Amino acid sequence: MTRLASAADLAALRERLAAQYASGEPVVRVCTGSACRAAGSLRVADAVTEELRRAGIQVSVRRTGCQGFCQHGPLVMVDPEGWLYGGVTPSDAAKLVDLTVRRRQLIEHLACRHPETGRPIGSTSELPFYQRQTRLVLRHCGLIDPTSIEDYIAAGGYRALARVLETMSPEAVISLIKRAGLRGRGGAGFPTGRKWEAGRAATGTRKFVICNADEGDPGAFMDRSLLEGDPHAVLEGMIICAYAIGDCREGFVYVREEYPLALEHVRIAIEKAREFGLLGKNILGSGLDFDIEIRRGAGAFVCGESTALMFSIEGKRGMPRVTPPRSVEAGLWGCPTCLNNVETFANVPLILNRGADWYAGIGTEGSKGTKVFALSGKVKYTGLIEVPMGATVRQVVFDIGGGIEQGKRFKAAQIGGPGGGCIAEEHLDLPIDFESLKGVGSAMGSGALVVVDETTCMVDLARYFLSFTQQESCGKCPPCRIGTYQMLRILNRIVEGKGEEADLRKLDDLGRLISRTSLCGLGKSAPGPVLSTLRFFREEYLAHILERRCPAGSCETLKRLTIGPECVQCGLCEETCPQHAIMETENGLAIDLLLCVNCGACVSVCPMECIAEATGEGGANDGTGDEGTGPDHSYH
Amino acid sequence: MVTECGTTLLERTRGIVAPYAGREGMLVHALQDVQGVFGYLPEDALRVLAEELGVSLSHIWGVASFYDRFHFIRRGRNTVRVCTGTACQVQGSRNVLQQVEKLLGLRNGETSPDFSFTLETVNCVGCCGLAPVVTVNNEVVPAPEMERVLADLRKGNGGND
Repeated sequence: MTRLASAADLAALRERLAAQYASGEPVVRVCTGSACRAAGSLRVADAVTEELRRAGIQVSVRRTGCQGFCQHGPLVMVDPEGWLYGGVTPSDAAKLVDLTVRRRQLIEHLACRHPETGRPIGSTSELPFYQRQTRLVLRHCGLIDPTSIEDYIAAGGYRALARVLETMSPEAVISLIKRAGLRGRGGAGFPTGRKWEAGRAATGTRKFVICNADEGDPGAFMDRSLLEGDPHAVLEGMIICAYAIGDCREGFVYVREEYPLALEHVRIAIEKAREFGLLGKNILGSGLDFDIEIRRGAGAFVCGESTALMFSIEGKRGMPRVTPPRSVEAGLWGCPTCLNNVETFANVPLILNRGADWYAGIGTEGSKGTKVFALSGKVKYTGLIEVPMGATVRQVVFDIGGGIEQGKRFKAAQIGGPGGGCIAEEHLDLPIDFESLKGVGSAMGSGALVVVDETTCMVDLARYFLSFTQQESCGKCPPCRIGTYQMLRILNRIVEGKGEEADLRKLDDLGRLISRTSLCGLGKSAPGPVLSTLRFFREEYLAHILERRCPAGSCETLKRLTIGPECVQCGLCEETCPQHAIMETENGLAIDLLLCVNCGACVSVCPMECIAEATGEGGANDGTGDEGTGPDHSYH
Repeated sequence: MVTECGTTLLERTRGIVAPYAGREGMLVHALQDVQGVFGYLPEDALRVLAEELGVSLSHIWGVASFYDRFHFIRRGRNTVRVCTGTACQVQGSRNVLQQVEKLLGLRNGETSPDFSFTLETVNCVGCCGLAPVVTVNNEVVPAPEMERVLADLRKGNGGND
């Protein structure tokens, strides 16, 4: 392959490729995103390839990034019809080739079923999961082979870059991004155009562009999926950013080490882009010199904070520093540095291709465009989704996610990870954007959306997030280092049934104090999950404290034993109980919960086997997948 | 297999670090590469690193001990990580961890005496759609299949790092 020396070269190459990628051509697209890979999709791709070879059919098998419907992996899409098959195994390959590829018939047992009618449907356009989404940033995910730059170029890739370099001044690019109203997708929502403007205004002989792909939020996988499924879009956004801020020749992609596949795909993308003359010296003959290197994170959540991330790239301990000076003035090695999130960069080519007005027409007053969410937890259909800003929680959870699995009740949606908060049932119709979420004590965060039902204890969930942030706190500032530790101690006491009513007040005071006085975003947002559950699920805290009861029945130490109706009042348990907690009442034997210490002695002697743990409103979950916790297959 | 003493470790470390000498900010990268080869950060290797990069050993220790993924004691040939991300947590990762602990006869953070397995937790591997999951040597495995995968590893007498 020769280097592309100009925009005309790129256009010519796209012409040539377009002929090969003509629509209407049959293609088998196998999802090889991380989740489908785990479900065995690579073996499926191999089997289909082998089967096609044996049948002598000239149809290409494309290994794509995440197609979004992770719940039903391994996914296979068949073009031109756009049929989607879920749960495909290598043994289905022969049938798939014979019936679908050769005779263009839909295989009903592999096709997804409509959740309401149960009718097998072929095309994704008829599936509510896809129907109700607006997949713009994810437009190439699942469509192209992320390791092939030709695929990306054929799909219109690098067109925005060519146009920018040929026809636009850096100022024009910045004003376009500003007019589009793009805001940072890393969580804080800072206007991207303004950041770039500051980057352009900053003076320095060296400037840097950094892509923050240190997606450390547990429950988030948007950035991973974008880098795995469409790495070139992110690179293209970075190159455009480098051009816009000027004097910038070096860029970094900082990726978590926990994402081996994303690292691999970015590495390949960078190599290919260099080979094609889209990175390196004199990009597309425009005189722009810019190259990108990968830096791997080493397992510190705090390195997702921009100043900490830069120290980490410098090879130091990744600890945040006091701002100002802001990174755009003095960032990496003290030079002006423009840092944006993966999804932010992926939006850039889209805006340049379709215009600022088109982009600003999507979303809400203050938040434009779409947002990619990682939908997981207790919904029927988990996966990677994209909705316009302003979509409601109800639309995401019920229309796209298909509601709660096993017909249980929705309790809350946890948005924004460890720095976010819970959206309770009363806010189901809240439009999701940066401001509205802040208003209810949550935060957009990176876009992790974990749905919980009645079997999840909110106190325990808050404790889970706090133990995470406490563990990941870098220790530089006392409010975060000591404050989160103290909050965690209180929460531990509460879930063990040793809480006091005054603890709630303490939690509230501590939380507000830590939010106000911490050095960086990690500390400022760490109390979020606790404060928001205190606000909306106070009764659960009170149940733990006043009644020593976990309403969800999930807190180990608060599990209660009860005697079932099969009891024949033999009295064995009464004799055995070391606490003398079993009494005779009008309605037979009963356990006094204040005396019982859950030792289980009564359970072991009961001849009727009728003494068991009482759960709250729901049963506890054992997570092994064999107690009906597996995926709901009503689409199948 | 790593020989703790002698020239092999020193030479290998020099080979790993060579491309980074004199370049700014390569310490974390160099540490990752050293760990990639030995599976952990042997003290002797860190001494070589300090020499080659021209920084003090205490500085290297300070940086390496900050990050979760660096280890200073020898680890198992296979690393099993139980994901404790939010989605896995909600879907019962605690019980998965208990199960794996039972299967391997190890507690979280331990390495088996014959260095076949190391068990630890990871904050999120971004496979929330399949929660709860476990990773075995960087391959994501849904929890229900874990038992089979571990049994295969045992039979095959361990995979690679």
